[in-house]
Amino acid sequence: MPVEGATANSPLLTVSNLTKLFGSFAACNDINLQIDQGEIHALLGENGAGKSTLVKMLFGVLAPTAGEIVWQGRSVRIASPAAARKLGIGMVFQHFSLFEALTVAENIALSMDGNISLAKVAEEASRLSHAYGLPLDPKAHVADLSVGERQRIEIVRALLQNPRLIILDEPTSVLTPQEADRLFETLNKLKAEGRSVLYISHRLEEVQRICDRATVLRHGKVTGACDPKAETPASLARMMVGSDVAAVTAEGTSTKGDVQLEARHLSVSARTPFAVSLKNICLKVRAGEVLAIAGVAGNGQGELFDALSGEYPVADDAAVQIRQKPVGNRNINARRLMGAGFVPEERHGHAAVSAMPLSDNLLLARSRSDAKAFLGGGFLKIIRRDAVATATKRISEAMDVRKSGEDPPAGSLSGGNLQKFIVGRELDRQPAVLIVNQPTWGVDAGAASRIRQALVDLAKAGSAVLVISQDLDEIFEVATEIAVISEGRLSDPYPARELSREKIGLLMGGMYGKTEGTGAVHAH
Amino acid sequence: MGIVEAILLSVITAATPLVIAALGELVTERSGVLNLGVEGMMVMGAVSAFAATQITGSPYLGILAGIACGAVFSQLFAFLTLTLVANQVATGLALTLLGLGASGMLGESFLGIQGIKLQPIAIPVLADIPVIGPLLFRQDIIFYLSIALVAGVHWFLFKSRAGLKLRAVGDSHASAHALGVNVIRTRYLAVMFGGACAGLAGAQLSLVYTPQWVENMSAGRGWIALALVVFSSWRPWRLIAGGYLFGAVSISQLHAQAFGLGIPSQLLSSLPYLATIIVLILISHNRRTTLINTPASLGKPFVPDR
Repeated sequence: MPVEGATANSPLLTVSNLTKLFGSFAACNDINLQIDQGEIHALLGENGAGKSTLVKMLFGVLAPTAGEIVWQGRSVRIASPAAARKLGIGMVFQHFSLFEALTVAENIALSMDGNISLAKVAEEASRLSHAYGLPLDPKAHVADLSVGERQRIEIVRALLQNPRLIILDEPTSVLTPQEADRLFETLNKLKAEGRSVLYISHRLEEVQRICDRATVLRHGKVTGACDPKAETPASLARMMVGSDVAAVTAEGTSTKGDVQLEARHLSVSARTPFAVSLKNICLKVRAGEVLAIAGVAGNGQGELFDALSGEYPVADDAAVQIRQKPVGNRNINARRLMGAGFVPEERHGHAAVSAMPLSDNLLLARSRSDAKAFLGGGFLKIIRRDAVATATKRISEAMDVRKSGEDPPAGSLSGGNLQKFIVGRELDRQPAVLIVNQPTWGVDAGAASRIRQALVDLAKAGSAVLVISQDLDEIFEVATEIAVISEGRLSDPYPARELSREKIGLLMGGMYGKTEGTGAVHAH
Repeated sequence: MGIVEAILLSVITAATPLVIAALGELVTERSGVLNLGVEGMMVMGAVSAFAATQITGSPYLGILAGIACGAVFSQLFAFLTLTLVANQVATGLALTLLGLGASGMLGESFLGIQGIKLQPIAIPVLADIPVIGPLLFRQDIIFYLSIALVAGVHWFLFKSRAGLKLRAVGDSHASAHALGVNVIRTRYLAVMFGGACAGLAGAQLSLVYTPQWVENMSAGRGWIALALVVFSSWRPWRLIAGGYLFGAVSISQLHAQAFGLGIPSQLLSSLPYLATIIVLILISHNRRTTLINTPASLGKPFVPDR
């Protein structure tokens, strides 16, 4: 289905001096960008570089403060997503804008203008999804679908508008390597039809593989425009980060101690219709080891963290063991008192109360486990502010937390700095067991490397560390052992040196050395 | 008419305002707005319907006045919570208190006046069927409307494009906004429909149920309507079952008193509320159905980031 009227020479989209201010903060500052017909154009940058703000302006979600957008030679003001779609711009969001309670067809119908019947929408959607190799069941409820399938809905939804430009925001961050390969095939098909793709990513390897040109953003400004195939990963990273990122050193941990954290046939049924049940999970982490659990989002990582940390105690007391004592029935504070530390996935609202200062956030996590240090006055439990302030300062210095003022609200810190504080809050106790879920999700490269180094150092000092992560780069940097979680089942652990990315990818798709197909099957 | 028929008839009359008010609130909540002002909108509808009927002599104009008053009154809530982003719970409670007070003031000169009762309309042929004829087909227009509205709302929510958009707004307003749905306008209209229904339910009270004006005559029915929405797990047809169950409970207390059963009247008049609590416990026990049907952004304010 080639697009009509594609003139080869004129650029499809030109952005000149585009600026977006939030108060006095420039999220995008004087951006220039040009996208040609039939090219896959990469928009590279770290979290917070302004990529999302830029594409939101292109898609009419945000209004620019200054600057011009020229579409097919005509200066345009894109007032709404509907206006963007009318021009021929389609968008696939990073956090899917799907409605979980609705069906696939209903979700797609919502993004279409006019009153086309649901049956017709479903028919057209299946036709397109087959044409582009994106199988979908229009009658399925989104809540029942995997992340990869949800992304397919987004792509089909964008394609139904017959767009000239498709914007994809971090599309592979939630996919297995095999699913990503499939996506790249689809993108190349689109390119062959003369459509353009704006591909937002911070994954250099991918960008080099599929993109024709790249524009690099840092702190809201364009820091480079290049042909990614002519660059090295190191030179691209330098444009993105501004300086060389410290490499994490993991070698030299050979002495392994006793088992400090263990799950014995841990099974937990799903608490909500959208949750995953854990099935017979067995794992052991010894002192000095970092066990990393890889997996695509939504395969039971959160549920595993809840069971191991005691946020939701499990029925079988022996199923979770900390320092060789059964703790399955114990709550999170009891487990902390036994020398364990926990860092949950979401920074805001779970690991920290955004509106409260750092010192209060420290106290909330550790008031029970470190009552002696932080509370005085016997049964009155009066807060010892000086001790809390000292500890806050100590943690901030140890983890290089950059903040405005002595004790600002958690919400005022950038994602990376808050995450450093939250990890530091646990490290400060020198826990014998540390369990971390997605330690560097949405964190800038500098902070991520600092946090990973801290995890490696903790294991070297003789603690057992369990890291749950979707980021394979991170897993290979920190792990001594790797296991993969898929649909609530955990694979056997493999030594990190012996495992290839390809093998992990197969395990993520639920293939434990078997030969059956990976195509997800859904019962309705 | 036998005693059983009389009881059933009174159950229908008691249930109709519950069904109508709950249906309006259901649509409001499906769009993601929690309006706790149902009681206030209902009593405002009751007083304006009664007043308009007295002044014009036509209960049909009274019905229209009740609907209009509820709709306009609800827009105060909509303006405060949607445009000024005030807290929905606090604003809803304030709306109820304001409605109870304002209706008392407006209705002062109508106290003790004999009202004009809305007359039933017999549907030819069907009205002559034994038992169910007089019960279901010799009713006033508000009863017929209540059934038609439930069917209409079901069709609207699950078959029409506009209803799909409304459900989408209630499920995730940020996603709906990103797709170009006008979240605020959708919610204004949903709140207005909720207000109009509450006003209609109020009109039923002062024109059919007890054709006179008494202060606070909604007597907690707005709260029962709110509970009914949860009871129905946001599905229109289930409202009818719930509404008639609650109607039956409230009627049973009257008849138990009439039969001289030795049960304290306080206990009997608290029965609808006890039933509400029990039903709420039963419903929230089944997390699965509640989660899939509950509008995920219910009660959350929406501010487009521009």
